[in-house]
Amino acid sequence: MSAAEALEPETILSVENITLSFGAVRAIRDVSFDIRKGEIRAIIGPNGAGKTSMLNVINGFYHPQEGRIMFRGAVRKQMKPHEAAAGGIARTFQNVALFRGMTTLDNIMTGRNLKMDKWRTSLIPAMFYYGPTQKEEIKHREYVERVIEFLEIEAIRKTPVGRLPYGLQKRVELGRALAAEPDLLLLDEPMAGMNLEEKEDMCRFVLDVNDEFGTTIALIEHDMGVVMDLSDRVVVLDHGEKIADGTPEDVKSNQNVIDAYLGVSH
Amino acid sequence: MEFLNLVLLDQIRDILEFPSFFFEVVFGGLMSGVMYSLVALGFVLIFKASGVFNFSQGVFALFAALTLVGLMTGTMPFSLEKSLPALPVWLAIAVTFGVMIVLAILVERIVLRPLVNQDQIIMFMSTIGLAFVLEGLGDTMWGSGVKALDVGIPSGNFMVGEIQIQVFDLWAAGIAAFLVVVLAVFFQKTRTGRALRAVADDHQAALSVGIPLRNIWVVVWSAAGLVALVAGIMWGSKSGVQFSLSLIALKALPVLILGGFTSVPGAIVGGLIIGVGEKVAEVYWGPLVNGAIENWFAYVVALVFLLFRPQGLFGDKIIERV
Amino acid sequence: MFYRESGQFKASYAADQAVFPIRQDQYGIAAILLVAFFVIPYMGDEYFFQAIMVPVLIFSLAAIGLNILTGYCGQLSLGTGGFMAVGAVACYKLTTAFPELNFIIVLLLSGVITAMVGLLFGIPSLRIKGFYLAVATLAAQFFLSWLFNKVAWFQNYAPSGTITMPPREVFGVLVTGAASNAMHRYLFCLIFVIVLAMAAKNLVRGPIGRSWMAIRDMDIAAELIGFRPFQTKLLAFSVSSFYVGVAGAMALSLWLGSVETAEAFDINVSFQVLFMIIIGGLGSMMGSFLGAAFIILTPIVLTNVMVGSLGFQAVTAKHFEFMFFGGMIIMFLIVEPQGLARLWQILKEKLRLWPFPY
Repeated sequence: MSAAEALEPETILSVENITLSFGAVRAIRDVSFDIRKGEIRAIIGPNGAGKTSMLNVINGFYHPQEGRIMFRGAVRKQMKPHEAAAGGIARTFQNVALFRGMTTLDNIMTGRNLKMDKWRTSLIPAMFYYGPTQKEEIKHREYVERVIEFLEIEAIRKTPVGRLPYGLQKRVELGRALAAEPDLLLLDEPMAGMNLEEKEDMCRFVLDVNDEFGTTIALIEHDMGVVMDLSDRVVVLDHGEKIADGTPEDVKSNQNVIDAYLGVSH
Repeated sequence: MEFLNLVLLDQIRDILEFPSFFFEVVFGGLMSGVMYSLVALGFVLIFKASGVFNFSQGVFALFAALTLVGLMTGTMPFSLEKSLPALPVWLAIAVTFGVMIVLAILVERIVLRPLVNQDQIIMFMSTIGLAFVLEGLGDTMWGSGVKALDVGIPSGNFMVGEIQIQVFDLWAAGIAAFLVVVLAVFFQKTRTGRALRAVADDHQAALSVGIPLRNIWVVVWSAAGLVALVAGIMWGSKSGVQFSLSLIALKALPVLILGGFTSVPGAIVGGLIIGVGEKVAEVYWGPLVNGAIENWFAYVVALVFLLFRPQGLFGDKIIERV
Repeated sequence: MFYRESGQFKASYAADQAVFPIRQDQYGIAAILLVAFFVIPYMGDEYFFQAIMVPVLIFSLAAIGLNILTGYCGQLSLGTGGFMAVGAVACYKLTTAFPELNFIIVLLLSGVITAMVGLLFGIPSLRIKGFYLAVATLAAQFFLSWLFNKVAWFQNYAPSGTITMPPREVFGVLVTGAASNAMHRYLFCLIFVIVLAMAAKNLVRGPIGRSWMAIRDMDIAAELIGFRPFQTKLLAFSVSSFYVGVAGAMALSLWLGSVETAEAFDINVSFQVLFMIIIGGLGSMMGSFLGAAFIILTPIVLTNVMVGSLGFQAVTAKHFEFMFFGGMIIMFLIVEPQGLARLWQILKEKLRLWPFPY
């Protein structure tokens, strides 16, 4: 089993030689890196470096032309969105992608959809509601209430998320991802557009999730302070290529990274 | 084999045996096609510039034709008495165009402005409402009977070989082509046209460089009003001004699917294909199934297109982003 | 002052998830049901049942159907009339082919058949959305109308081209056909619609409803958290068509009695039902009822006032009705896209705090 040998024992996901293009535009060029179980892995890089595209490849929204993805020992050319979700990859989005017409509670409940019993939530029982469906609803409501308590958003439980301020929406979105009990959590700029206090809260949640649930986290972030404090290892992308990979200290002193961020004088 | 004969070979044999009849059918189809193209063109103009899918485009054509007939016969709006001086054709057309511009301004003020940045689907439904308002208004103002319209487009026919050609159809095609050229020049060469294209690309970006969005919308809706007027004149001259005119709006929907929502050439070619396709289908295959397949042929073609090429013949490929 | 929820505490998630969590609402709905079951049957006359109550109930069901698809799942349909026609024709064919089959079963089977047809026309929704889909549903509307008009089998080869519902009994009471009592038809409609509306409410407040709304609000995110967009949409299409189909079957059997399918269920019916859910409220069960009542009652009131009292011609009243509905649609979309149901909710929220402004 070459695939199993190639993976280090604690690696949960690795991407190998991924290339993704849209027509003539190469968004990602030959990028490889891995994510180890239980770590916080940061993906950084200037705008347009291909960070979000990378996350989209990991959870199957974009299909790379070349390369392969190993997730929990299984090798794939590409992921499919529901496969990724069923395999325990949850995610938040750069621009909040909540279901705006639904309440906080319902939004987080949607995160449980894959954990719900198929038969109990199927058409016929659901039409009667009382009985199997209600039992299932209450069971999952209990878990969702734990998430709500953890994120300290009890007060907005019944508020439609469209009416919430941005910072809270980000928190609800994290809640929706957490409700899925993911093994790998992808966070796309979880702190973008937040003030200092909100950032601190969010950092605390990220660390707590990692500590308490042992969830592996891959995050994209522009705030270098946050990245250096939170992450165990950092991968740096620039113009779709990997230019550095290592601990925050290594990356901070890497000449390529400094050039990419500050520009090079020719 | 017998089945193949029934549904395919017999028809092909018919076509080969009487090619002149086939060409007449095709020309008849092209004429309807021109009409569909014109209405679809109005759709595309508005869709490109404002992202609004204007369901009421066909009713615009009906309303324009009703107004024109009313002015030419000197009808007093709402009372339906012929108490006003009858206007000559050129003046009536000019006044009608003026009415369409006023209508465009009203639509922008009353409907579009409050709905700016809403979902496309909400905008779409609001234009369904607009269609109902205009239909009721047109009928109340000018009466709901079938009216004849004659603006002096020559009629009669001549023969090319064995094929009979209507002079009116040639004129109609010529006017439509002229209109398309005028619009193309307007969009490509003038300052307003450039602003229009900018708005089509990105509302907010256009606003931020100082393009007056509202004026642009009025211009676009007026242009669509002009196209509707031309469509109304031609359809009305051919088969009378009546309610069914607004139904061609519905036919323009499949045309747009075929041609792509953002493509002017697509609207034209799509209209012609649908026009010819449904006539040929009706004449050669209609009798097999008791006829009247014209009613749904265009939609089913569109349906097939939606399944295999959703962006249409000329539309841009849709890339989704997160 | 009387509309307060203070002092009503919910001790379980089940109580918190109830359809009417506030006690005053429970009393209100009980009162409405009491009136509907025990007062109206004795107060109303033939005209009241036939022209108002029965059509309102039937169209409420159709509106619930369209609301599931458009209001909850976000897929616009202009083919409601066509699908009602499927239900009506299915009902007619079933009950003439199997006269012994229980009428309730006939209605439900008509819904199931319509659901399958709806599924078929929902397939394009895999790749398209918004008004693209609207065109696909227009195809359904025109094709189905044509089919039922041109293929004589669907009319049992009746020379007139109309389909006529034969008399059928439910538990010994005659509910269809010319000899049936309008009050009995009303009561049958009432029970049937209430049961189906409750089932629909159960669907939309549970996991299936959430999957529909997730697709409606942000289909890409829904897909990435594990919903299958295609299956979810197809389910919405079939459930929606089921309701619309049952409404069509009821319109034939319990209301109109005899119809020419292509005319009774034309594109205008599609628009009518769409207007019901826009005015009543997209994504609201209550709104489906309010919208249906509004759209059915308005022309009656308009005709009575304009023709009866003000002496306008009937045709003028008809044109005015067009303008009125069109204007209402635009107004509701601008002022309150969630329709009458939302206005009702705002009123309740105000009432809760009254006499204080906040």
